Amino acid sequence: MAIYQEYIMASTLDEAYALNQKKSAVIVAGNMWLRMCKMRKKTAIDLSALGLDKIEEREDAFVIGAMTTLRQLEKSEALNGAFGGVFEKALSPIVGTQFRNTATVGGSVYSRFGFSDVSTVLLAMGASMVLHKRGEVPLEVFQQEKPDRDILTHVVIPKGQRAGVASVRMSETDIPALVCAAAVRDGKMNIAVGARPARAVLAAKGVSPDLTAAELGEIAQNVMYGGNMRAGKAYRERVAPVLMARAAAACREV
Amino acid sequence: MMTVDFTLNGKRVSAMVEADDSLYKMLRGLGISSVKCGCETTNCGLCTVHMDGKAVLSCSVPAPRAAGHDIWTLEGMGRLAKALGDCLADEGAEQCGFCAPGLMMNVLALAKENPNATDEEADAYLAGNLCRCSGYMSQRRAVRRFLDGVVSGEWEKEEVQA
Ligand SMILES: Cc1cc2nc3c(=O)[nH]c(=O)nc-3n(C[C@H](O)[C@H](O)[C@H](O)COP(=O)(O)OP(=O)(O)OC[C@H]3O[C@@H](n4cnc5c(N)ncnc54)[C@H](O)[C@@H]3O)c2cc1C
Ligand code: FES
Ligand code: FES
Repeated sequence: MAIYQEYIMASTLDEAYALNQKKSAVIVAGNMWLRMCKMRKKTAIDLSALGLDKIEEREDAFVIGAMTTLRQLEKSEALNGAFGGVFEKALSPIVGTQFRNTATVGGSVYSRFGFSDVSTVLLAMGASMVLHKRGEVPLEVFQQEKPDRDILTHVVIPKGQRAGVASVRMSETDIPALVCAAAVRDGKMNIAVGARPARAVLAAKGVSPDLTAAELGEIAQNVMYGGNMRAGKAYRERVAPVLMARAAAACREV
Repeated sequence: MMTVDFTLNGKRVSAMVEADDSLYKMLRGLGISSVKCGCETTNCGLCTVHMDGKAVLSCSVPAPRAAGHDIWTLEGMGRLAKALGDCLADEGAEQCGFCAPGLMMNVLALAKENPNATDEEADAYLAGNLCRCSGYMSQRRAVRRFLDGVVSGEWEKEEVQA
């Protein structure tokens, strides 16, 4: 359990950023993951009063506040309308409604969990992260970096694409044993693989959306998989091309 | 220690909490005994309460975050909660009953959000409420009966409170 000495409701991003420069501080988003972490910190910095829980539509992109909950994404008519329901499909298996009412998109991407459905979908969609200090960074880059003391403020998803996702879970609301997402923009397709079980990666970038099963199999083969308590390496290797094909087909359907 | 002022079941209250206390712990400290803690790891749904009209897991909401917000527990849910409890009892949907308060709070949230939910939609909505005794089928029947009653106005004419 996380133990804090003081709990501060940040009133500006600058304040939150300044407080977070000390190693003895921690950012609190949905608190769903932090709750389970064994840590002792002096200062917990709550971001919930900063108005970062909005989904804004711009001409070329959706800009999603880091404190937007997974349930808001799942139920957003604007997002699901624009991207063929991919968020509803990807997020509805995560734990339960009450959980998704609180867990945030920021906490999900910032943590760079290997098992993240959220990061896998956003990666395929070419999303970028807006950090308070550093500015905009492509998720593809951010995903490979170590966590620093910056604050994620927004996630930007380019419009004009179709996306699909497919995952396999040992039981319905468990974390995924493997998840694949595909997105097609300007006639080119990206494919991302998560829960390998290592961090999600882009398996293919800018390929044809009409790849054959054999070509998808080749792409799947070039991804590194491992084993953990949810699935073995060999299982993931066998399942990956199937999930890729389903995610790609879902893009074509929407 | 810090003071948290919030609304609990329609009444303004104040609680003294530690910086790392959960909403669950604060509510129990205020004598709210319907809220139970099962897993404390966001998996079981036992600790469900409503915060600003949404079902949340009180074991994982930081107590200080409740400041200025509107919290409801089963104690404040009135006649609809009684009707739902009767549906659960009539369908034999409880054995130990430990999961009931959390399940009921989530069913009441569902009734407010989507009273016309199909069985499949209700299953998906309630997937975060685990029960180790009932096998779920009796709960499913009770939820169906309750939602049908909400839609037909059988339980009462008042709105679902949350
Ligand atoms: C039991 C359980 C099951 C889960 N199952 C799944 C699943 O199936 N699929 C899936 O995709 N995910 C799953 N998750 C992960 C979940 O969806 C969230 O990603 C996770 O809870 C973190 O989000 P949060 O808002 O709760 O963040 P918190 O727990 O509050 O924070 C997580 C970390 O991120 C940091 N942080 C948060 N926000 C920011 C920010 N804006 N800027 C900088 N740092 C920040 C915090 O300091 C902390 O280190 C699961 C989590 C749990 C606990
Ligand atoms: S006690 Fe909160 S989810 Fe189990
Ligand atoms: S009736 Fe015992 S846990 Fe549900």
